[in-house]
Amino acid sequence: MSDDLDDLKDLMQAATPQADPARKVENLALAQKNFDDLQGSTDDMRQTSVRPPKGLFRGVIHMFANFPLRGALVSSTAIVAVAMIAVFPMTQSERVSNGPLGGLTSLTGGAPEAEPVAQSAPMVEPVIVEEAAEISLDAVEMRARPSPQPVAKAAPRALMPAIAADPVIIAPEIDTETFANADDNPLKVTAEEPVSTFSIDVDTASYAVVRNSLMSGRLPPAEAVRVEEMINYFPYDYAAPDAGKAFRPTVSVTGTPWNGGTQLVHIALQGAQVTDRPPLNLVFLIDTSGSMNQANKLPLLKQSFRLMLGQLRPEDEVSIVTYAGSAGRVLDPTPASERAKILAALDALDAGGSTAGQAGLQQAYATAAEMAEDGQVSRVILATDGDFNVGLSDPEALKDYIADKRDSGTYLSVLGFGRGNLDDATMQALAQNGNGTAAYIDTLSEAQKVLVDQLSGALFPIADDVKIQVEWNPAAVAEYRLIGYETRALKREDFNNDKVDAGDIGAGHQVTAIYEVTPVGSDARLTDPLRYGAAPVGGDPSELGFLRLRHKAPGADESQLIETPILADMGGISADARFGIAIAGFGQILRGSDLMGDWSIQDAEALATETRGADPYGYRQEAIGLMRLANSLSERVE
Amino acid sequence: MRMDTSDESLALAAANGDRAAFAVLMERVYDRLFALAFRLTGSRAEAEDLTQDICAALPAKLRSFRGQAKVTTWLYRVTVNAAQDRRRRQMTHARAAEGWGDWETERRAADDEQAQALDTLQAMMRALPDDLRDTLALVLDDLTHAQVAEVLGVSEGTVSWRISEAKKRLRAMKEVTE
Repeated sequence: MSDDLDDLKDLMQAATPQADPARKVENLALAQKNFDDLQGSTDDMRQTSVRPPKGLFRGVIHMFANFPLRGALVSSTAIVAVAMIAVFPMTQSERVSNGPLGGLTSLTGGAPEAEPVAQSAPMVEPVIVEEAAEISLDAVEMRARPSPQPVAKAAPRALMPAIAADPVIIAPEIDTETFANADDNPLKVTAEEPVSTFSIDVDTASYAVVRNSLMSGRLPPAEAVRVEEMINYFPYDYAAPDAGKAFRPTVSVTGTPWNGGTQLVHIALQGAQVTDRPPLNLVFLIDTSGSMNQANKLPLLKQSFRLMLGQLRPEDEVSIVTYAGSAGRVLDPTPASERAKILAALDALDAGGSTAGQAGLQQAYATAAEMAEDGQVSRVILATDGDFNVGLSDPEALKDYIADKRDSGTYLSVLGFGRGNLDDATMQALAQNGNGTAAYIDTLSEAQKVLVDQLSGALFPIADDVKIQVEWNPAAVAEYRLIGYETRALKREDFNNDKVDAGDIGAGHQVTAIYEVTPVGSDARLTDPLRYGAAPVGGDPSELGFLRLRHKAPGADESQLIETPILADMGGISADARFGIAIAGFGQILRGSDLMGDWSIQDAEALATETRGADPYGYRQEAIGLMRLANSLSERVE
Repeated sequence: MRMDTSDESLALAAANGDRAAFAVLMERVYDRLFALAFRLTGSRAEAEDLTQDICAALPAKLRSFRGQAKVTTWLYRVTVNAAQDRRRRQMTHARAAEGWGDWETERRAADDEQAQALDTLQAMMRALPDDLRDTLALVLDDLTHAQVAEVLGVSEGTVSWRISEAKKRLRAMKEVTE
């Protein structure tokens, strides 16, 4: 038995080389240097459990702007990291000088056609930067013994230095996901703040992320849950708009399942279907960086696009741009009828290298511009696992760039693949600025839903910049809160400002927004009326509030206004729409909301089961399964 | 002068800021760390780089050392974590080196028999999944199963299971090649 191992051991003994003496001296010196540096700054080190002020830190980073400083910094390691960079040039000067630092054009200045310089840079051996090792070592340790220190997840992205060198750092998986989210919309007192304004959101990415988490046996992180995206994931049976209208709002009022003293105001928008669609120019911008090399990423992406290709018409055109280390166009604009050619290009894609997102975007937009003709819709579809680690010199500049392209008529949609370094926050930012949708694709059936069943909604905008504003009547509604849409809040004055961007509705899209309102005089009121406040305002108490909707025809500059009062007796809500309420409750429980009372996931499951209806594609049944799963998982936690 | 001081005393002194103790400790453990790094990565260049990563990070890590484990166990754990981490990062590189994938053993010992033996070793290590390979590397480094368990943070039973699983697979491989 042990013979096997003895043989192996001898072999191993023979194979193991001596450590290189020169490297040994260097490495030991490095260790000693770091040791000394650490001692010198002992007091500082121990006090950094609070993150240093941004400005200061940013300054330090700019000093070292030539080094890629990757996001997931644990605060206490930040200073260690910087100290190590200082050492780096002495011990590693040769490798550092290899870093291809010149290759990236600035977002704002770079001409889109410019051949990305990075392409011509020789492939250099990846530079492993010391601070990265430090960070990730810590991350590994932190996993082993849970640390009280929170991992700074979202913020560091903004701290990325101006230039990133070609290769390198993918921090360990669990620490690199960032999610866009904000605290629950707070309860508002109508007398103090009667007007609520937000942009619609047709994304569904959050639901798929939640599903993926639950399916792999974990409760989703609370910040991954965006309730409105969960609700909007499901198709509902809303009334269709009249001919010639882009969409139709339906408002209904119903009791709140989780609170006997409040009511839900359910606002549903149904977008018109397009029967006669214009030709489509699609530029697939595909992330082929090394991190995409997993079964649920690039291979799934290829299968997904194959599905989608079947939905295109002969007059549509497709082009493929990839980015990884350098950007390149792998398929020139090709009519969708040349299926074999497109499929061949798709099949030839191979993952490797790091992610030059910026150069890729520039090239994709340049390609889209080349394809554009009057009366056609151009859209860039970015497929990525979200790892924009190279060339994204300035997230703000990137947003501006995309916003600028949006105004020139090219839309941007983002498809997220895989988990691990899914950068939900950047995906959201890109899609929101690009007037597009963000969807997360974790299975082929999700690809079927997003890219086949709902393709027209995903690709054909019927109304741009759709904003909702509700003015609540203080005579009827004491308090209100908007469920979800935390990341979509708008300022009150933005509603009438047509320059302010908002979400778009695609063909056949459905959008649901739910308010929980506390009627005047209800026991469920959480705040006490003011003793010295203004006298109760007049107004007809049968009118709960007033709904205003603004939208623009696609490409138009001026918005149109739709107004309708919300009446207390608006009529019951359909069972079909109540399914959305079950999802809303489920989502809020997953977010850890403290306003759900005793209402549990089991109650959500009961309501969802009761309201499931025909459910031809089984989406709802799947959600019920997820509720069951979440229930078991949360019981295990307790 | 301090050569008879135990690793643990050195580490604790170093954790408290004793520069000389740190230097002695590093000198003492460097070669072993390098050897383990090699066994985990299967490549000399990788092992050098990995050891460098560890050297750079150790001073900071050492501050959390409280004598709760043997120093070598603790150092091994740091090394294994660093190797796994490096592997994860490299998965995303173009040259995505699977551990032991691009074997670069010095071929200067060019006698055929040894070269062939090394090929066998490479083939074996490459055929194992990461967790089995890491476990095996530690066991081949003369650690007991209990020590390996402590390094990897798994139970002793798991280590024993992994080793027998590794043996099983290696035997199966041998049968196929013979």
